[in-house]
Amino acid sequence: MSITRETVEQAARLARLTVADDDKDRLAGELSAILGFVEQLDEINTDDVEPLTSVVGATARMRKDEVNAGDYPERVLANAPDRVTDFYAVPKVVE
Amino acid sequence: MAQTIKGQTGEWEIVIGLEVHAQVLSESKLFSGASTTFGKAPNHNVALVDAALPGMLPVLNEVCVRQAVRSGLGIKAAINLYSVFDRKNYFYADLPQGYQISQLYHPIVGEGELTIDLEEGESRAIGIERIHLEQDAGKSIHDQDPHRSFIDLNRTGVALMEIVSKPDLRGGDEASAYMTKLRSILRYLGTCDGNMEQGSMRADVNVSVRPMGSTELGTRTETKNVNSVRFIRQAVEYEAQRQVELLEGGGQVVQETRLYDPTKGETRSMRSKEEAHDYRYFPDPDLLPLQLDQAFVDAIAADLPELPDEKRARFEASYGLSNYDAGVLVAEKETGDFFEAVAEGRDAKLAANWVMGELFGALNKAGVELSNSPVSADALGGLIEAIGSDTISGRTAKDVFATMFETGKSADTIIDEQGLKQISDEGAIEAALDEIIASNPAQVEKAKENPKLKGWFVGQVMKATGGQANPGVVNKLINEKLG
Amino acid sequence: MSELNRMTIAQARKGMAEGSFSSVELTQSCVNAMDARADLGAFITPTPDAALEAAAEADKKRAAGDQGPLLGIPLGIKDLFCTEGVQTTAASRILQGFRPTYESTVTSNLLRDGAVFLGKLNLDEFAMGSSNTTSYYGNVVNPWQSSEKPDMQLVPGGSSGGSASAVAARLCLGATGTDTGGSIRQPAAFCGITGLKPTYGRCSRWGVVAFASSLDQAGPMARSVEDCALMLGSMAGYDPMDTTSVDTAVPDYTAELGAGVKGLKIGIPREYRVDGMPEEIEKLWMETADRLRAEGAEIVDISLPHTHAALPAYYIVAPAEASSNLARYDGVRYGFRADAPEGLPEFASLEEMYATTRGEGFGQEVQRRIMIGAYVLSAGFYDAYYNKARQVRTLIAQDFASAFEQVDAILTPTTPSPAFGITEEPTGVEMYMNDVFTVPASMAGIPGISVPVGMSKAGLPLGVQVLGKPFEEVGLLRVAQAVETAADFTATPQLMA
Repeated sequence: MSITRETVEQAARLARLTVADDDKDRLAGELSAILGFVEQLDEINTDDVEPLTSVVGATARMRKDEVNAGDYPERVLANAPDRVTDFYAVPKVVE
Repeated sequence: MAQTIKGQTGEWEIVIGLEVHAQVLSESKLFSGASTTFGKAPNHNVALVDAALPGMLPVLNEVCVRQAVRSGLGIKAAINLYSVFDRKNYFYADLPQGYQISQLYHPIVGEGELTIDLEEGESRAIGIERIHLEQDAGKSIHDQDPHRSFIDLNRTGVALMEIVSKPDLRGGDEASAYMTKLRSILRYLGTCDGNMEQGSMRADVNVSVRPMGSTELGTRTETKNVNSVRFIRQAVEYEAQRQVELLEGGGQVVQETRLYDPTKGETRSMRSKEEAHDYRYFPDPDLLPLQLDQAFVDAIAADLPELPDEKRARFEASYGLSNYDAGVLVAEKETGDFFEAVAEGRDAKLAANWVMGELFGALNKAGVELSNSPVSADALGGLIEAIGSDTISGRTAKDVFATMFETGKSADTIIDEQGLKQISDEGAIEAALDEIIASNPAQVEKAKENPKLKGWFVGQVMKATGGQANPGVVNKLINEKLG
Repeated sequence: MSELNRMTIAQARKGMAEGSFSSVELTQSCVNAMDARADLGAFITPTPDAALEAAAEADKKRAAGDQGPLLGIPLGIKDLFCTEGVQTTAASRILQGFRPTYESTVTSNLLRDGAVFLGKLNLDEFAMGSSNTTSYYGNVVNPWQSSEKPDMQLVPGGSSGGSASAVAARLCLGATGTDTGGSIRQPAAFCGITGLKPTYGRCSRWGVVAFASSLDQAGPMARSVEDCALMLGSMAGYDPMDTTSVDTAVPDYTAELGAGVKGLKIGIPREYRVDGMPEEIEKLWMETADRLRAEGAEIVDISLPHTHAALPAYYIVAPAEASSNLARYDGVRYGFRADAPEGLPEFASLEEMYATTRGEGFGQEVQRRIMIGAYVLSAGFYDAYYNKARQVRTLIAQDFASAFEQVDAILTPTTPSPAFGITEEPTGVEMYMNDVFTVPASMAGIPGISVPVGMSKAGLPLGVQVLGKPFEEVGLLRVAQAVETAADFTATPQLMA
């Protein structure tokens, strides 16, 4: 499948990436090449093959319902680029 | 009776499905050890993984899994022993990971059903599609700063059950009855506190309309996060009416997300400039598939409490209550338990009347919850015994109850203190009556002509006995003596 | 004493235990080497002062009778492991200045056993790359030089390029790496050192910046098989905080070292003979097999029929998971946030802040992979791409499972070429071919180790890879050591400290 400029824009929007206009054609080419490469898989018959869910073949382990984390706002907020008291601050969200 | 809309072109059927988000009762979050307590200082109930710090990993909370299974069993649903957690990818300020962990392809609970109770003893089974576990999001605060929003992640990662109904509901009454019943069941199970004001339960309401008799579904809208039973009814009614008017006016319903405005009782479109969501679901590679064994499920099943429908049937059968009364008493587990404690070994119908009548009335008026009732089940039982044994009259009992409610004293104490014990001894009452008859010959004559005037004698006897004469005995004697 | 930094971990352990030198002396020797070879760009954040303090602490502990397995051993840490209080960048601008308030499980285990950390090692941005040229903090240089083009700087491989370069140049005795599709084994081969990717689930991923969660696995990089065994013994272990880590006991990984390969069956997969592979690589591979045969192993021709599907499947799975794992870097809670447009107090919207931050914060290769990942997971493509790739993983895992019914270990080349010049770097899909031999084991989750066995005609090191059964690293290390002994690789890089 060949990736168009529009597909690049759409993927960039989904991924929240600002892509410069000048880069879009280049990216379309690069992404097309990668997709062309992975499309070799079409030739492999996977009928009735279960998708691999875990290479360790195990099932989920669960933990006890205990409060043993939290109550350490400093550890959580220490690296915040912008904070006000114990809140993270971000540009205004328009709902 | 399903509600319909009589439009200008004919009758329209309202088709509703509800997606209810119910917060799971647990000490800690779905995938972290942070507390779920409500109302903590911002970002205090946040573990490193809740803030999506690099390299942090989710670990599944066993109690949340149990609670989901328990809820599933409560709606007689199939429990899926194999379930998988998926990532739902989207960006939002209060979604730190950039994805919500949910269950799209393999939910933990499959199809079940719930019986809704309608007017006049009618009931109807509503299909439930699935229940899955997912993470709640955090909170954005927009009104503190002109240029910025503030983010609090305390709720981020709290476990939610999303309970998805089939589009089986027809009208606002049914939708609200469904929510009421679901809330009741979850509270019985102890899997959700049902506290709608705090957001512990909220519904996304899917509404469409179609001409009566049509079997195709119309285009639906989804009204998000409606957080009261009353609002659900209003949202449905407003939205259905809007859609009918739109369609009859030659327009089309747009499939969209809408908001409910409780102050206006309206729904309105959320600005739909945002592109169609593409959530790019895939199984979360940080979490292995969840494989439960049947014994785990069986143990939970063995431990289920009696649920409202069963309790209602039992109340009807063993206490002889009406369907309606039984329904009122079982709506809340606490009420049912209270009633049973009052009724135990006593006149059950009388108990039901007192619980639903005087007690509920007084609690309501005082704005007090049943759990804080100044009159305990035992105390109310004492009062009912005093009535049953003719110690006091029903009339006096109401006064005694009022005093009990005010002072917290027992019925016996109040009866003793105020000397309210009823006189049922015919000899004593007859003596008093004879004296009155003897001193009022003129009244006797009048009463013999006009039986309505016998009431005067009742009053006089009550006066003479300080109101303690058993009214039944008084009436009987007056009738005997004045023919 | 001037060359303590050139010792193996095993030698240094012995020397310190015998009191021949202290950890402070050993660590100082590494710190000097780091200074001398700063031009390699191996470290993003060196921490010499903290290292010397830790070394002094280790010496005190030893004096008090402590004999921790790695007591006083100076190591480098790939900058993908979160280290408490020490900047952790994943070689990305988007994590510039990020100081974790927590320590990864693997590095905690190493600290528990007495290791001394020299600093944080460079890598490809978010571990995406095979050449260490995608780091925001500069390229890493391979300490080896080609005799054909001695002036050309060579890549160390990637993504654990800083780790490989630092170990090869003797800046540290060993280093941690992580391997998603070959990120330990390929740079180990390019730099002439030994690198082990353990079984998926053997080392905890908690506190390791995630690239592709179903593939990422931490492992040791060192100058001998024995050193890798010693390091793995500390790094491995069940971690309740990582539910994909496996709850089995950590054995003594040195237990079978020296046992040789007599009587073992070693598989040679015919699908690893790929078109265009240099003759010198094929030759070394076969020579290694011959040497093992001479030591008493039985060499068995085997087939892994889905080998060719591993790389394309990998380039679906890894970007898909990465696109989701990297969504958290949004400038809200940590790391880099782009400046608001000139003259404005703030971005006009959160969306704009996200997109600008991520656009400026991620490098090109990372952006490419995020977009590929978003694309293959987007509506309508899930089954054709991601699910198909997961099915292919099942087939690959089945290939290995049946092969291991016939053989005890599998021998392959590690890479299809020796290290290339930084300026000669292939691009796009051709670049991805670097991982063609390492990716299949990653997709199946089985352990693999690269051991240097010889030189290319340009004088560059070449490695072979030994693959083993899941959680049987003990046996794998035994075979690897036999390979090492038989090859007797003693060459050292030109840019060694």
